[in-house]
Amino acid sequence: MKRRDLFYAILALFILWQITSWLVDQPILPSPIQVIPVFFRELGGDLLAHFTVSMWRVLASTALAILLASPAGLILGQSPRLNAIFSPLIYLLYPIPKVVLVPVLILLFGLGDMPKIAIIFIILFFQILVLVRDQAASLRPELIQSVRSLGAGRRALFRYVYFPASLPAILTGLRQSVGTAVAVLYVAELFATQRGLGYYIYIKGSTFFDYPAMYAGIIAMSLLGLGLYFSVDWLERRLCPWQFTE
Amino acid sequence: MIRLQNLTFQYAQGQPIFRDFSWDVQRGETWAILGPSGCGKSTLLYLIAGLRFPAAGQVLVNGECISRPRPHTGLIIQEYGLLHWATVRQNAQLGLRIRGFYGPDGTHAPANFHASLDVDTWLDRLRLLPHAEKYPGQLSGGQRQRTAIARTLALTPDLLLMDEPFSSLDAPTREDLQNLTLELQTEQNLTLLIVTHTIEEAAILGKKILLLGNPPNTYPQVIENPQAGSNDFRGSDTYVTICRDLRAKMELS
Repeated sequence: MKRRDLFYAILALFILWQITSWLVDQPILPSPIQVIPVFFRELGGDLLAHFTVSMWRVLASTALAILLASPAGLILGQSPRLNAIFSPLIYLLYPIPKVVLVPVLILLFGLGDMPKIAIIFIILFFQILVLVRDQAASLRPELIQSVRSLGAGRRALFRYVYFPASLPAILTGLRQSVGTAVAVLYVAELFATQRGLGYYIYIKGSTFFDYPAMYAGIIAMSLLGLGLYFSVDWLERRLCPWQFTE
Repeated sequence: MIRLQNLTFQYAQGQPIFRDFSWDVQRGETWAILGPSGCGKSTLLYLIAGLRFPAAGQVLVNGECISRPRPHTGLIIQEYGLLHWATVRQNAQLGLRIRGFYGPDGTHAPANFHASLDVDTWLDRLRLLPHAEKYPGQLSGGQRQRTAIARTLALTPDLLLMDEPFSSLDAPTREDLQNLTLELQTEQNLTLLIVTHTIEEAAILGKKILLLGNPPNTYPQVIENPQAGSNDFRGSDTYVTICRDLRAKMELS
């Protein structure tokens, strides 16, 4: 996607928002002309702090999910026996909407960052686990044999075959789930916290009825999601250049 | 150089593929291993490569009993042997990288191995330098197979095992690579074992041809073909006779 196209898309979105806000003509839908100055003013206030907290929660859970799900996926993908034991369990757990676990996690981990990080971690974990497992399982035995014939033992196979082969799966997992992760973060930040964009949006909207500030929060949360999405894109181009050749 | 002593091998189910099978290969020889599907010709190669192990008997290479892949044995397979996420140069360097990863430990890499990633001589020799930065997905079948050959030869093997390496290539490319293989065999003084299911390829490449039949194989049936590899052999009467002879023997077995 070209930068110019992206710029026009953003412009179109704001125009659509402006027109809708004229048509609706209610305080609940302020126009972007009202919201954007508030967004920058709030950034100078406490919006930036809420943004940073939310971003930390997403990044921490993402790092944790990659660190734990990738090796687990690689092990399951390499070992048909272990996979046979675990795959029914994964099959059952995978489609459960993990967001229902938010109250449970709050009860378990109490206040603070832990339950928020845990819920996003669980969502990303399953996504990455399944994709990496399938990727590792799809490596042809002929390939493994031919690399073994070059002298590779288990460690070298992991370093030169399994790890690079699973990179695209990790990134695809992230791409597919960052949207969900940010959505769930919003829900998680509604409970038992006074920090984070979810809390900020909720408190500005339903307690202070400060709608422009609420929309500033929504913009911040969208930027968080977009930023993550773009980062995954960028990483994919950096780390998996072979996927972008003709 | 290679000695199979009273070798017996079978997969988990079914009858043995080899039973009490013995066979010798001298250094510098070029063998084609020919037979119908399921006769065990690829299995034989994997046994010599140290990627499969006999139920009884032993495989000796240079007098050593094979219990794992040996650093000086190269193996080239039909397809799927390249890393699709690595460029031609990186693929050609893979064996050297693995040796560098372990260091000169004598098992994964030869004890006298000096770390190097220089493969350009081989890329040049195999006409791959202009493609060095391409990925396997951007290459023709012949270029891919030449990359696999470069990767193997970069490790300076003394024994080269090839498992139907040219069977997915079109006829002109196949012929080109067959000639290249023979040239390299002479140049590097390699002992070459090449598995094939086509009579013509066996006749072109193998100065000796090992004919395997329906399992269990109990003794080696060897056809001498000393003129293979000489100039104009493809057009000669000897070639036609050898092919006819091989066809008759395959039908018999």
